[in-house]
Amino acid sequence: MNLKIYTERCKGCGICAAFCPKQILKVSEIEKIEVLDDASCIKCGQCELRCPDFAINVVKEEK
Amino acid sequence: MTMEKLVEKYFRPGRLPHIWCPGCGNGIVTGAIVKAIDKLELAKDDVAVISGIGCSSRASGYLDFNTANTLHGRAIPIASGVKMGDPRLNVIVVTGDGDSTAIGGNHIIHAARRNIDLTVVIFNNNIYGMTGGQYSPLTPIHSKATTAPYTTIEPAFNIPELVKAAGATFVARATTFHAQILADVIAQGIAHKGFSVIEAVSACPISFGRQNKMGGPADMMKWQRDHGVPLAAWDKMTDEQKEGKFPIGVLHHDTSKQEYTDAYDGIIKTAQGGK
Ligand code: SF4
Ligand code: SF4
Ligand code: SF4
Repeated sequence: MNLKIYTERCKGCGICAAFCPKQILKVSEIEKIEVLDDASCIKCGQCELRCPDFAINVVKEEK
Repeated sequence: MTMEKLVEKYFRPGRLPHIWCPGCGNGIVTGAIVKAIDKLELAKDDVAVISGIGCSSRASGYLDFNTANTLHGRAIPIASGVKMGDPRLNVIVVTGDGDSTAIGGNHIIHAARRNIDLTVVIFNNNIYGMTGGQYSPLTPIHSKATTAPYTTIEPAFNIPELVKAAGATFVARATTFHAQILADVIAQGIAHKGFSVIEAVSACPISFGRQNKMGGPADMMKWQRDHGVPLAAWDKMTDEQKEGKFPIGVLHHDTSKQEYTDAYDGIIKTAQGGK
């Protein structure tokens, strides 16, 4: 799993989806973010960087 | 540190989701502030976050430092008192464009003139958001506001030029699109000993964007991406290319001026020697 979502924090603003270079994020009908294809995530971190609600996180491998 | 860990470490537990509207830039600026503090490895007890009134000023309530959410426009004088009381503290002021340049406009120029060691982060969303979209001194000319249904006729302040002219010794600007640059310049502002101002260009999709047909939150951030130009590129642009755009990065840094609490220490020593 590359992405961890705190659904209760997400307000469905769509910022992460707009800037994801792989276009694998989508705001669902109930205005929550949905990961369409976790395996294609390149972990660039842009979604996490710009989410105003601290709702989407890139999972870092434990060292 | 990941944002998830930063939230665990520096936010008061159980306060999220925050109160801000969907897509509001305030959360991004608040995230940049904790990133900056973490980068400098400051102990939580050595940081004070003082805010005024407005949407952005709610940030202090989410953060687990010494915090105070104070009076409209008066965050800077109260922060000055905190700094004078304990000059070892890293004092950060969280304020909006209306809070800091309209009702608090007098305070910001005099704090700049004194060069007191505060770091002022101005969340510039171009509007009074909390009260419903009245225009502020940072609303661009010819914009709509609830107090200007036929558009504004006043030019906006240029925050960096204003505070630089008043005496600020560290001045920077970034946007919520350029969130990493924003965190970096805030860290530099905190590390600078003297009066630091960081203008954080931030989107208010609800009270500003909607009235001015700027699209959704992501569209407003694309606007920031297309209009905020990193300084190295800005310096190579012609006046024509600069039209309507603005530079981001560290715009002014002067380490030659004495800081106010240092100067005051000197006065204390003189006064004690005289008795
Ligand atoms: S880390 Fe990058 S690729 Fe993965 S979802 Fe976020 S923005 Fe998309
Ligand atoms: S940026 Fe954050 S709040 Fe907005 S849709 Fe994505 S996860 Fe949800
Ligand atoms: S009114 Fe504007 S600034 Fe205030 S919380 Fe909503 S979007 Fe943010």
